[in-house]
Amino acid sequence: MKSAVLVFPGSNCDRDLAVAIEQVTGRAPAMVWHRDSELPDGTDFIAIPGGFSYGDYLRSGAMAARSPIMGAVAEAANRGVPVLGICNGFQVLTEAGLLPGALMRNAGLHFVCRSVGLTVENSQSIFTSTYQSGEDISIPVAHHDGNFQADAETLDRLEGEGRVAFRYTGDVNGSARSIAGILNGQGNVLGMMPHPERALETAHGNTDGRRLFEGLLEAVA
Amino acid sequence: MKARVFVTLKPGVLDPQGKAIHHALEGLGFGGVQDVRAGKLIELDLADDTSDDEIADMCRKLLANTVIENFRIERLADA
Repeated sequence: MKSAVLVFPGSNCDRDLAVAIEQVTGRAPAMVWHRDSELPDGTDFIAIPGGFSYGDYLRSGAMAARSPIMGAVAEAANRGVPVLGICNGFQVLTEAGLLPGALMRNAGLHFVCRSVGLTVENSQSIFTSTYQSGEDISIPVAHHDGNFQADAETLDRLEGEGRVAFRYTGDVNGSARSIAGILNGQGNVLGMMPHPERALETAHGNTDGRRLFEGLLEAVA
Repeated sequence: MKARVFVTLKPGVLDPQGKAIHHALEGLGFGGVQDVRAGKLIELDLADDTSDDEIADMCRKLLANTVIENFRIERLADA
């Protein structure tokens, strides 16, 4: 699998994500700077890391979503290349219009940094095939703007089409319908606030996040 | 030519920051505050021939997230 990890000024989970991808796939990803306008030839997985791209100026992910590399990401996503946005990466994907809705300030206004319970809602996607539908897993979150909001019609559509990938088991940030992660219509773009790269080995407390990368490797390779 | 762009949350969109400001005002003893909504003011210094459409385009493409926000443009006649 030929992976690429995007790097924006202010990304801070890019190296953790690269370690996770290399551990699971056996191949180090290309680190792609936001000013580049093309992805390496043959890229078959794009990961957008967490962090605070552009210092969260204007809105979280707003600047990053308009950076040169995002044109190539949108083009690849339309061709069906898997794209995973974690935390700030999820914010970037919504700002870029590759996923619906928006991520607003947490309802409690606090930065939430802890392991949270998630229910896997859809185990049919290329990202979630190693989980069972309805399975409860635990993955850390660390965010200030994770409060997913969309209009009722969009939420109904996401639910109806099985595009809610993960739901929080309790209230974490005020997200509409406790949504923690969603898929695009084609099922090849996943945005999620929890950090699967932080639940990769037993030293992390659990390996629930590792299974996401393992499933993806199986689907792509 | 200067213009101001006011970006506000759409009605009905929960505004945690506005709520916190509201609570803080009450904590300072200001009674009678019924609601607080927080938004952004963006000041633009523009070439004189910049059209309204162009400013609106800037708002839609970057300055506002129209999923959750409305924007209003105010041109300043002489500044």
